[in-house]
Amino acid sequence: MSETVVGGAPAQLAAPGSAGASPWTLARRRLLRNRVAMTMVGVLVVIVVACLAAPLYAHHVAHTDPFRSNLDGTTIVNGKTVPIMQEESGGLGLGVTPIGPTWDLRHYFLGADDQGRDVASRLLYGGRNSLIIGVSAALLTCILATIVGLVAGFFGGIVDGILSRLLDVVWAFPVYLLAISLSTVLLTRGLRIGPFHLEAGSLLLPISIIAVVYVPYVARPVRGEVLSLRQREFVEAAIGLGASTWRLLWSDILPNVTTTVIVFFPLMIAIDMLTESALSFLSIGVQPPSASWGTIILDGQGLLYTRPVVALAPGIAIAVTVLALNVLGDGIRDALDPRAKHRAPGGR
Amino acid sequence: MTAFVTRRLASMVLVMFAISVLVFLIFFATPGVDPAARIAGRNADQQTLREVRKDFGLDKPMPVQYALMMKKLFISRDLTSFVNRGAKVIPQVTQAAPVTLSLVLGAAVIWVVVSVLMGLVAAVFRGTAIDTTLMILGLIGISMPVFWLGEVVNLISQSRFHHSFLFSWVPPLGYTPLTKSPLGWFKSLLLPWLTLAVLYIGIYARVLRSALIEAQEQDYVRTARAKGLTERRVLVRHALRTSMIAFVSLFGLDFGALVGGGALLTEVVFGLHGVGKLTFDSLQNLDLPVIMATVMYAAFFVVVANAVVDLLYAWLDPRVRIG
Repeated sequence: MSETVVGGAPAQLAAPGSAGASPWTLARRRLLRNRVAMTMVGVLVVIVVACLAAPLYAHHVAHTDPFRSNLDGTTIVNGKTVPIMQEESGGLGLGVTPIGPTWDLRHYFLGADDQGRDVASRLLYGGRNSLIIGVSAALLTCILATIVGLVAGFFGGIVDGILSRLLDVVWAFPVYLLAISLSTVLLTRGLRIGPFHLEAGSLLLPISIIAVVYVPYVARPVRGEVLSLRQREFVEAAIGLGASTWRLLWSDILPNVTTTVIVFFPLMIAIDMLTESALSFLSIGVQPPSASWGTIILDGQGLLYTRPVVALAPGIAIAVTVLALNVLGDGIRDALDPRAKHRAPGGR
Repeated sequence: MTAFVTRRLASMVLVMFAISVLVFLIFFATPGVDPAARIAGRNADQQTLREVRKDFGLDKPMPVQYALMMKKLFISRDLTSFVNRGAKVIPQVTQAAPVTLSLVLGAAVIWVVVSVLMGLVAAVFRGTAIDTTLMILGLIGISMPVFWLGEVVNLISQSRFHHSFLFSWVPPLGYTPLTKSPLGWFKSLLLPWLTLAVLYIGIYARVLRSALIEAQEQDYVRTARAKGLTERRVLVRHALRTSMIAFVSLFGLDFGALVGGGALLTEVVFGLHGVGKLTFDSLQNLDLPVIMATVMYAAFFVVVANAVVDLLYAWLDPRVRIG
C-alpha cells in the first residue's frame, strides 16, 4: 500500500501494465481517477478540518464561549459597539431579537441564537459532534453487522434462525420509531448494565442507538454473501485441508465480505448523520448544552422568520456533507466493483 | 398459493408478537430505571407512582405485565395517559390516523409519478448531461434532512415570499379535513406532500434508472429489439415492466414505514396533527403510554404492509410462492 499512484494517462491503467496489481490497488487507482469522488473527498476534508478547528476559531478569532448564554453582551459592527440582543423595532415592540449575520469573522459572523451565543462557533462545535456520531455509529454498525452476518451465515441452522428473526424484527421496526423509543427511555436516566453506566448526556448514547438501529441494513447483505461463499470451492478446499472454524472465518470468509462492508461504510455515515440530526431536532439526540447540527436547527426554529440563518446554516452543512458522502460512496462502490456501476441503488 | 398465504400470515403474527415484546422490554425492562417513574412522567408524586404501579401491575411478574399492557392496547383499549391526566390514548391515535394517511398518500402519488418519469428520462439519456443532472438532483434530494427542507419551504411560503403571487394561496400551517373542504385540504397539504416526496423521488428515480439499465442488457430486450419494435415500445412495454418489480416492493416497505411514523418530521414541521405529531408531542412531555401506543400501532402497520406486499408479489410472480 506504499507505492504512490499518479493520475497519469488513464488509458494505461487498465492495460497489461497493471497486471499483477492486487484488487485493492486496482480499486484505489480507479477511485483516485474518479474526479467527482476526489472532489468530494476534498470537500469532506475541508469540513472535518474546519470542525476540528472549532476551539481555535471560538477562542482566538471570535473570542466567544459558544456554550454560555450571552444575553447582555455586546459586539462590534462597522466599528460601533452594539448589543447582541436587540430591541425589536417593528411590530409590538415586545421581546428582543438576536443580532443577525455580520459577515465579519471576528464578530458574530453568522449572528447569534436566542441565547446570544455565536452561531458560527456553535456550527463548528456542532459539526464535530455530528461527525463523531456519524462516523462512530457507522463504524459500530459495520462491526456489529459483520459479526452478526458472519456468524448467522457461517453457522446456519438454529443460530442463523434466531439471528435472522432478530434482524427481521428490528428491520420491521420503522427506524425513527425504534430510535425514538430507545432514546426516550435512555435519555431520562442513562443506561446502567452491571458496572457500566452511560450518562444521559453522553454522546455514546445516540451513537449506540443509531448504530444498533441500522445493523440489519448491513448484516442482511453480509449474511447473504457468507451463505454463498460457504459453497465456494476454495472454502471447501480449506475445510478439506482441516482448517479450523476460526481460520475459515478469519482468512477465507472475512476478507471476501470486507468489500461489501466498505461500500456500505460512507453511505452509513451519511444515513447516520441524517438520523442524528433528526433525533437531535426532536430533542432526543445530542443533549444541551452540547450542540450538533440537528440541535442548532432546533434552536433556529423559533427564529426561523426573523433570523433564518441560524436554522439554514446547519442544514446546508448537513446537506453538503451527506451529499459528499453519498457521491464518495458511489465512487467507492464503482471502484471496488466496476460492473456494479449501473446496478446498485445508492443512498439508502 | 394457500400454503404460501398461511405461511406468510403465520410469520406476520410471529413478527408482530416479537415486536410487541421488544417494545414492552424497551419501556418496561431497560436496566437501571424504574418503569413507574417513567410512565408517570416528570416530577410525579408518590400517589401517582402508586397508581401507575397498580394500573400496570408492575409488582407482578413480567409476563403478566406484558399481558396487561396488551389488553390495555388492543382489547379494552383504555390505556390512559398519566402526564395528560385521564386522557385515553387509543382514540387520540385513531383521530390522528387520517391526517397521516392523507399526507403519505398524496406524497406517494407525487413521488411515484415524478420518479418514474425521472428514472425513464435518465435511462433513455444515459451517460449524457441530462442523466447526470437528474441523478445529481436526486442525490441532493436524498441528502437534505426532511425537517430542514420543510423549514425552508415554510420560510419561503409563509414568510419571505408569502405576499408574492407565487405563495399567496398558501394557508397558515395546519390541516383541513377533506370532508370539510376538499380544496382547503389540498392547499394545506400540497407543500408538505412535495417536501416529503423529495427524498423518495431521489431514491426511486435512482433505483428505477439502474433497474432499467440492467434490463436493457437482458436477452428479452434484445429479442424485442430484434423483432423491430420501436425503442420507446421496448423501453416502456418490456424493460419498464420488469424494472417495476424492485420499485413496487420498495414502495410497499416505504409506504408502510411512512404511515407507521416515518412522516413524523414532516408532520412536526408543518403542524399537521397526525400520528407522528402525536408521538412528538408526547416526547416533549415524556408521555410514555402515548409513545408506546403509537410505536406499537406503527410497527404493526409496517408488518401488515410488508405481508401485503409479499402476498401481492407471490400473486404476480409464481416463483416466489415455492421459495
